[in-house]
Amino acid sequence: MAKREEWGSRTGFILAAAGSAIGLGDVWRWPYIAYSNGGGAFFIPYLFAFLTAGIPILLLEYAIGHRYRGSTPLSFRRIGKGFEWVGWWQVAISFVIGCYYAVIIAWAISYTLFSFGLSWGQDPESFFITEYLQAPAQPSGLGGLVGGVLIPLLVVWGITLFVLARGVKRGIELASRIMMPVFFVLFILIVIRSVTLPGALDGLNTLFKPDWAALTDSNVWVAAYAQIFFSLSICFAIMVTYASYLPKKADLSNTALIVGFSNSTVELLAGIGVFGALGFLAAASNSPVTKVVDDGIPLIFIAFPTLIDQLPALNQLFAIVFFLSLVIAGLTSQISIVEVYVSALREKFDMGRTASVLIGGGAAALVSVAFATRGGLYILDAADHYINEIGAVSAGLLEVVLAAWIYRQIEQLREHSNAISDVRVGKWWSWSLMFVTPVVLAFILFDNLRTELFGARNYEGYPTDFLLRYGWMVVVASLVFGVALTLKRWNEEAIDLGAAREVGA
Amino acid sequence: MDISAIILMLVGMTIIWGGLIASILYAIRVGRHKDGGDTGF
Repeated sequence: MAKREEWGSRTGFILAAAGSAIGLGDVWRWPYIAYSNGGGAFFIPYLFAFLTAGIPILLLEYAIGHRYRGSTPLSFRRIGKGFEWVGWWQVAISFVIGCYYAVIIAWAISYTLFSFGLSWGQDPESFFITEYLQAPAQPSGLGGLVGGVLIPLLVVWGITLFVLARGVKRGIELASRIMMPVFFVLFILIVIRSVTLPGALDGLNTLFKPDWAALTDSNVWVAAYAQIFFSLSICFAIMVTYASYLPKKADLSNTALIVGFSNSTVELLAGIGVFGALGFLAAASNSPVTKVVDDGIPLIFIAFPTLIDQLPALNQLFAIVFFLSLVIAGLTSQISIVEVYVSALREKFDMGRTASVLIGGGAAALVSVAFATRGGLYILDAADHYINEIGAVSAGLLEVVLAAWIYRQIEQLREHSNAISDVRVGKWWSWSLMFVTPVVLAFILFDNLRTELFGARNYEGYPTDFLLRYGWMVVVASLVFGVALTLKRWNEEAIDLGAAREVGA
Repeated sequence: MDISAIILMLVGMTIIWGGLIASILYAIRVGRHKDGGDTGF
């Protein structure tokens, strides 16, 4: 059994973990969720969810990874035999996400290059959908390959696999140490420019004006928990994997606070930047801000190019900085997602890092080509929706329930964390994980299933057979993949935690 | 901007950014005490 790789410094680990959590979702999801769920009043459920689910789950995963010193499936296996399949399911979910997330980063790379000539012209929507993605009007199948997406996609995979092949310290940590400070600088520049545009204050007013009545709406609280759940890279097998590379003596609780607050800091900055810019767009187009509010892919690739066209000066520079910051935010998250299955495959099949990067990462790169086709936009949308709303929430719920109630790990892990951390966590942490988090995740899952199965219309109005093939089937396939890999037996030495600790593996 | 919007924006900034700064300062102080080196775990 070889000695386990380790982070070189606490700063390196924090930057890598924050880089994983801070991603495209911070920019395109938080501002819209906050705006549509009470505006300024949203801070109350958001901070409550942050303290009762975000930090508790983050610290739970740090403690599991640190105590059981393995990738997520191995760590879960060391907790109990019946826990491993949840780890593999999470690995499979990360595999799916890594496949399409790489494509979105590829779009951002293309748009960074398009920014030099503002190539989207006067009609960014038509440019993005028809000219760049060559997407049909309705979802159908794969269609032909789109060269303009495929080439930057190869670049994304080249960078990701190169970084991962160099290992934890010389690869992931070094890349994070370079990319995260650059991201912060670029991002702050964008926010400063956005809030100094004419009309920006109207945008900020639209975002932060409180609707106190929203606090009595249970959907607003569920939205806050869902936002925390999706934005912190928790229950995706990432944080367990990253924490498994921490040395024996490591502060877990304060590190979780730093990573959690870093992510929220960027979310809040994104809200200010996005709504400042939308306020400007509304003023420039003589419409109310509420008419130009958008989220997700349309916000980034349609609304932002539209407002960049309207800027009074330095349009190209703003566009380059904006899309480059998205590329960097995306890459640091992508590296963490792919490391999940590189690490898991490596331990299960006892292979070297380079081999697992080439096999695990290479397989994901091949599958991701499906999203670089003419039908890729719709397939991505369906896969993203179902793998997150159904797959990730189910796997997250199982993780918390099994850890808290079946294998009764919470008190042990709390003692483990308190023994090595400077900030001691109290009983509130255990209660959050045993009661609050499972109940909220179960409610979110129930609500998502109810909407999908009994809603008035299909997701985005897509045909049922299309959603079955690229939505539900992806979720089922990830589960089958997880169970199948669990059936492959471990080398007995690998699951012996005592032996692993002796050699520092 | 509405006064309520300004207050909430400032409160949100104070809690979130204040939490980040406080946890970083705590890590720097305690990290130095624990390791005395630059790894600071």
